[in-house]
Amino acid sequence: MAETLDLSAFVERGEAGAAHMTLAVDGVGCAGCIRKIEGGLAKLPGVIDARLNFTQRRLSVDWRDAEIDAAGIVRAIEKLGYGAHPFAPARVEAAEERESKRLLRCLAVAGFAAMNVMLLSVSVWSGNASDMTGETRDVFHWLSALIALPAAAYAGMPFFQSAFGAIRSRELNMDVPISVGVTLALLLSVYETATHAAHAYFDSAIMLLFFLLCGRYLDQMVRRKARIFAGNLASLKADYAHRLTERGELVRLPADALRPDDRILVRPGEKIPADGTIISGTSEIDESLVTGETARRAVGAGAAVYAGSINFSGALTVRVIAAGTGTLVDEVERLLDKATEAKSRTVRLADRVSRLYAPVVHATAALTAVGWLVAGASVHDSLVTAIAVLIITCPCALALAIPAVQVVATGQLFRAGVILNGGDVIERLAAVDTIVFDKTGTLTLPEPSVDAAAIDPDLLERAARLALSSRHPLAAAVAACARERVPYPGAVEEPGAGVRAVIDGFEARLGSKEFCGLSGRVFPGEARDAAASFIAFSHAAKAALIPVRQTLRPDAIAVTAALAAHGCKLMIMSGDRAAAVAPIAAQLSIGEWQAGLKPADKIAAIEELKREGRKVLMVGDGLNDAPALAAADVSISPITAAHLTQAHADALFLGEPLAPVFRALAISRGARAVMKQNLALAVIYNALAVPIAIAGLVTPLIAAAAMSASSILVTLNALRTRLTFLDRAFANPQASPAQAEAAEHDSIPSVHIAASAELSS
Amino acid sequence: MNVLIFLVPIALGLGLTGLAAFLWSLRSGQYDDLDGAALRILPDDDIG
Repeated sequence: MAETLDLSAFVERGEAGAAHMTLAVDGVGCAGCIRKIEGGLAKLPGVIDARLNFTQRRLSVDWRDAEIDAAGIVRAIEKLGYGAHPFAPARVEAAEERESKRLLRCLAVAGFAAMNVMLLSVSVWSGNASDMTGETRDVFHWLSALIALPAAAYAGMPFFQSAFGAIRSRELNMDVPISVGVTLALLLSVYETATHAAHAYFDSAIMLLFFLLCGRYLDQMVRRKARIFAGNLASLKADYAHRLTERGELVRLPADALRPDDRILVRPGEKIPADGTIISGTSEIDESLVTGETARRAVGAGAAVYAGSINFSGALTVRVIAAGTGTLVDEVERLLDKATEAKSRTVRLADRVSRLYAPVVHATAALTAVGWLVAGASVHDSLVTAIAVLIITCPCALALAIPAVQVVATGQLFRAGVILNGGDVIERLAAVDTIVFDKTGTLTLPEPSVDAAAIDPDLLERAARLALSSRHPLAAAVAACARERVPYPGAVEEPGAGVRAVIDGFEARLGSKEFCGLSGRVFPGEARDAAASFIAFSHAAKAALIPVRQTLRPDAIAVTAALAAHGCKLMIMSGDRAAAVAPIAAQLSIGEWQAGLKPADKIAAIEELKREGRKVLMVGDGLNDAPALAAADVSISPITAAHLTQAHADALFLGEPLAPVFRALAISRGARAVMKQNLALAVIYNALAVPIAIAGLVTPLIAAAAMSASSILVTLNALRTRLTFLDRAFANPQASPAQAEAAEHDSIPSVHIAASAELSS
Repeated sequence: MNVLIFLVPIALGLGLTGLAAFLWSLRSGQYDDLDGAALRILPDDDIG
């Protein structure tokens, strides 16, 4: 059937027929690829410009609509040997890019100002010790003010805005003491300069901003990189839908571009691309990605279907409905609202510290002023000393202590194949002591596979090559076993029955038992295996019944054992039947499991665990898991999870192995230990510096030295852990050698390759 | 100390030039694709 590809939803129209599109490109790995893609596209008629961003693996193309269309460009890239998928940049991503550029501009301004003010300050410090005249010193101080005041007003904006927002909502965050400290330091310096004093603190204020902006920019950069990567993956694995037009033509388009009331055709073996109701056709569908239930459901006209289900036997015509109107989706959404509300109440470590820190610092400064006044000092001297206390305690080290570790740990998790949705996820992961797994698609692989143990390898190879000619989902599992991936010539698929071909002069059949003429025969193991589906194969006199079942992720046993060995309580909560859950639980030696749970039951069970004081990590992928993911203290989803589910998970992991879950925990625990170390360092620094400040002995030189030293110390401490804590986590003998090896080899490219291999298979 | 009348503006001017150059390069997208820039220099088919 001839079908057209419609990508118009992703094309931005310009003037005079000009068009622009951004594509996520897969398979780009070297300098040659850039040239091949850009050169290949430039040769096409109508293409104005093609530019590949190698860092982001994204291609932006401009062309004239009259001569070529979007589908032609995608085909051209595919012909060059790369995967290309149209990409609609998420709004958050655009906002993050703006924020990141703004931080970089602030950082540049603060850096320039810090260097030049320091140039003047060092002259003053050395001049004060030798023969500088008061007039020259005043000129230098005024020059410093000229540079520092506008620079601080600009570069301090991110902090001032955040502090203002916090105060308006009657809260305290770390930016409040930072803003107060910087502002007071600048005001005091201006006053001191005007009164011809020997000391001014312009350098301290601007340097503080510079250090803090460094930390904030790094933090932003790592998160943005992860988000871009996740965005690419999402569009690379985007599903395509077949839409029926008014005239009955079939148009292929990305599922994201579907609108409510579109009619779509879903053929056997395809994934249902959107929620909807069946208009015509009957079939069996596998909803394991949605509900966790592995038994197939028979559906007919009028039945509601959900995106992510797999259509097994018959072609269906489906009317797309707006997201969130199905009964299951409704229930999930309602539960989600409640669960998300509960989660926003958890307080981040950094905020907890700053709630304690700000009042203590401000009280200390006030007491210092009062103390000196009582002791008989002048009002001016008392105030100067109090402000010096504020400057020296300005939480430079404290504000860097946690973000610096988050940056390092987020990067490490990224390399381990875990993408975080937020910086505070690390703290919550580190506290976990109970892990609740969903079964289908989480402990097991999302695609079923063949249990090859009992079958003659030669027979299986023949069945697998025959299966290459079939579109049936079970056949796809059999086909994955083929060593030689060449279909037999002349193979014919009979819809709803099976596939047949003539091999070595004898007819071979793959399909239902009836189709293979084996209906009377009973195979060993057939009856007692409730969790498996069977596909029959006959060739000449030989016959086999091939069991296809949900299989565990390759390292699931090792990972669950390692997690248990690290003191985590493991549980399985599945929406599937007890008969399907029990063998998995037994294989993984997980004693506590529950089956047949509705989304509300999962939430109730998790709330119960939380009431017992446990910190719960939920690992799940189905639509039915989304509320439970939001209700748990922290949650992880595989990248194959349903869209809504991914949106509510705190982290995503890539690839087939389950090891990233273990590594996420190991890295987070290491990171939390370092965060605490850093906080301790910051406290020790304050304990040493504050008495000096209260005594009135702080000069700008001491302030500058102390602040830089403490900031650099916590940053170095965070970087040091990069070298050690992964090794420590994997030096544990209980972790399997395969994981340790994976930890060493899993760099970003290999994760990317693994992920794309998984997508293309 | 009269030399300061020249030296300080020169120092500040150089600093400002650097800052302006950085802001210009940021705005013109020089930092959008750092890995790509490293690779684009390798093909030598524009020579001879």
